Amino acid sequence: MERTRTPVVQGWFTEADAEGGFRLLGTRCSACTAVFFPREDAHCRNPHCPGGGELAEVPLSPRGRVWSYTDGRYRPPAPYVSDPAVPWDPYTLVAVELEAEGMVVLGQGAPGVTVADLAVGMEVEVVGGVLHEDATTTWLTWQFKPVGGVA
Amino acid sequence: MSGDRAGGAEVRGEVAVLGAGMHPWGKWGRGFVEYGRAAARAALADAGLEWTDVDSVVGADTVRSGYPGYVAGATFARALGWQGARVTSVYAACASGAQAIGAARAQILAGLADVVLVVGADAAPKGFFAPAGGERPDDPDWLRFRILGAVNPAYFALYARRRMALYGDSGEDFAQVKVKNAAAGALNPNARYRKAVTAEEVAASAVVADPLRLLDICATSDGGAALVLSSMEFARARGAADPVRIRAVSTVTPTYPRTVLDLPDIATDSAVAVAPAAGSFRSSIARAAYEEAGLGPGDLSLAEVYDLSTALELDWYEDIGLCGEGEAVKLLREGATALGGRVPVNPSGGLSSFGEAVPAQAIAQVCELTWQLRGTAGARQVPGARAGITANQGLFGHGSAVVAVR
Repeated sequence: MERTRTPVVQGWFTEADAEGGFRLLGTRCSACTAVFFPREDAHCRNPHCPGGGELAEVPLSPRGRVWSYTDGRYRPPAPYVSDPAVPWDPYTLVAVELEAEGMVVLGQGAPGVTVADLAVGMEVEVVGGVLHEDATTTWLTWQFKPVGGVA
Repeated sequence: MSGDRAGGAEVRGEVAVLGAGMHPWGKWGRGFVEYGRAAARAALADAGLEWTDVDSVVGADTVRSGYPGYVAGATFARALGWQGARVTSVYAACASGAQAIGAARAQILAGLADVVLVVGADAAPKGFFAPAGGERPDDPDWLRFRILGAVNPAYFALYARRRMALYGDSGEDFAQVKVKNAAAGALNPNARYRKAVTAEEVAASAVVADPLRLLDICATSDGGAALVLSSMEFARARGAADPVRIRAVSTVTPTYPRTVLDLPDIATDSAVAVAPAAGSFRSSIARAAYEEAGLGPGDLSLAEVYDLSTALELDWYEDIGLCGEGEAVKLLREGATALGGRVPVNPSGGLSSFGEAVPAQAIAQVCELTWQLRGTAGARQVPGARAGITANQGLFGHGSAVVAVR
């Protein structure tokens, strides 16, 4: 049976084959230009915003530079989903600075990306990926990988 | 004449610390109420007061023990025996204890109470802290586990790696923080870990979140801490002519936009609409405390900072103004922050030796200041201690700093 492909959170990123490529989705306040990720749909959180604006969906920059990175050598607790019967496979976490948005976004590294492949300041791109699969669903997420691939 | 002390003459807005008490940190396997009650009894005995002398009790909440934890003030009052005191319960993540002290101080300075008992205690699970149960996609603390598996040490590791890239710090430097704090903790009967640790032992411990190893990261512990605070008038009337005084309690929030990835966030604020303020949120916490206290880093005899990781202690050196940005390792390597140094940091042994008992921890920091300023800290005494600061940062924009003098 084909699994349903479902984003782990609705509205945070495009489909993998979206026109213009996979992108994270935030919102931008029309009154003060502040950008929010995760998306803020109810209210602008800039205390200096003149108000009266609307929060419109906006794709974030597809590339950024590594602000910092680490990995998880031990199994995280729930609600992270992992199979306790399978030996733990460490994943990489990358904090990426998006220049145009003036913000740092955290994400997992794409499969095969380890801390040895990363350096602070390195250019990376966001890609669609699979967080985990269960019997009926493939849970989709965003991941980062070095531009030009892993050495 | 009190004006010749570094703490200086009594100034407006001070409250007296009449008593400090703790239940030792550890993994005792009992409930938080028991630890809190024991700490409260110890603080009352230290103050020479009866529980029935207390006008108000302020509890720092725990989110790990169900409803009684959410109403910690009343839970401790009940355990000590209902006696009609005013009650307050506060929660502010890692700053809960300091907010409890802040609430107590406000009541005293407003004339609502003469004597206030402040209590915090926790019974922590083994291993990583996890978010509250249930499916809560609108809770950033739930989301960071669900989507990223980003445990607390992952964030500490991001900050540590950042220091390595910006300032050239190394894993060996981080290990020296552990060596220093373990040496101090070995002298503290309330600490959970009371033995010396070598740099080789740190290097041999398992990597938890690259570049941090098990011995770089603080454990989660059971423990309890309490303070008896009073008005200066009450202290004098009780014959306490020269008590330790709390001169500042900073509980400021961050300013938008936050440019450092703080727990439990998945992203920082955007700096496109508003230019970020100079300095970090952590430095603003300390700055507010210094301004309120009318003193600065050069006046400090000691500091107790939140060393959730070894590398984070180095961040704090810079954030509380002991040195410039990027200079923390130099200060550490000089021995300035060790016992016997110019300004010992974490003479208690810090979280490194205690492990974190969240609502008790910021109170325990002030207990250590109290004993140091009284000159009763035993083998870990900072000679002639006259002013100290505590500092911490917690989830969801919380942080605190307390300045105490004598």
